[in-house]
Amino acid sequence: MTIASTTQQVCFVLLSAAVVLGSLGVVLLPNIVYSAFLLGGVFLSVSGLYLLLNASFVAAAQILVYVGAVNVLILFAIMLVNKKENLSAIPGLPLRRILSGLVCAGLFGLLMRVAFTTPWALPGPVPVGEEATIRIGEHLFSDYLLPFELASVLLLMAMIGAIVLARRDVFASDVITGEPVDQGLIEKARTPLLIDTPDPQLQETR
Amino acid sequence: MSASAIPLQAFLTVAAVLFCTGVWGLINSRNAVRVLMSIELMLNAVNINLMAFSSYVDGQLIRGQVFAIFVITVAAAEAAVGLAILLSLYRNRETVDMERFNLLRW
Repeated sequence: MTIASTTQQVCFVLLSAAVVLGSLGVVLLPNIVYSAFLLGGVFLSVSGLYLLLNASFVAAAQILVYVGAVNVLILFAIMLVNKKENLSAIPGLPLRRILSGLVCAGLFGLLMRVAFTTPWALPGPVPVGEEATIRIGEHLFSDYLLPFELASVLLLMAMIGAIVLARRDVFASDVITGEPVDQGLIEKARTPLLIDTPDPQLQETR
Repeated sequence: MSASAIPLQAFLTVAAVLFCTGVWGLINSRNAVRVLMSIELMLNAVNINLMAFSSYVDGQLIRGQVFAIFVITVAAAEAAVGLAILLSLYRNRETVDMERFNLLRW
């Protein structure tokens, strides 16, 4: 490691500020598109923190998976469901926000107490540094082989499940009535399957 | 890496702030996409903790980094399935308001 410790500290402060402010922006900003882009910034800053911890492989995996896949997926979902809707007001919403903020502050205090009072086994062994990628490969193909293979099965299940859940039904005729069914392939206004639809005639006119 | 440049507690503090922000967003978001974003924030906080402990306490056998890779894998799968569920929900209810997803309540 050739970076001086002052440089490390400056980088850590900058990255931490980016992570904290970005996550607050993700949660608090009213426009969800800004939230999604800030989420990408948070992911990038977290991968910078991993680089400070000498974990270049995990930093690369973080950028590839989170910024390249998850963030793009979230942006696509926002584009697909992006409809301006006026959210109905809920009584007691500010009180709920304050109460949950207090609960989260309490959780933060608890975590801080644990972090600062536990006698960690420091200093530990000398970190492997640049050999981390080699060690991860050895772990993945020796003692973590079964979780590694299970992760591939999990990814296959998630892929098939996402396709099954997100596709539209393509029945040519209605199973019950036998009439030709709306394929739903063209975006147009249609009555949603709301349980609390006010008048049943609206359902019959379809 | 010089062990005393950044204390371990600094990483734990950043992770705690990130986790608590994620919990708050998970509870208070009206938009379902923002709920998924909050879950991703919480998973990232856990990953920061794992990586910090792996570097400071377990420097030779970096098991925390292996765990972080598994967490990243599961988070990717969770995001894919969660967004598929969200699309299906939006197609049926035509809203992303969390307060109206109450079919199974009571």
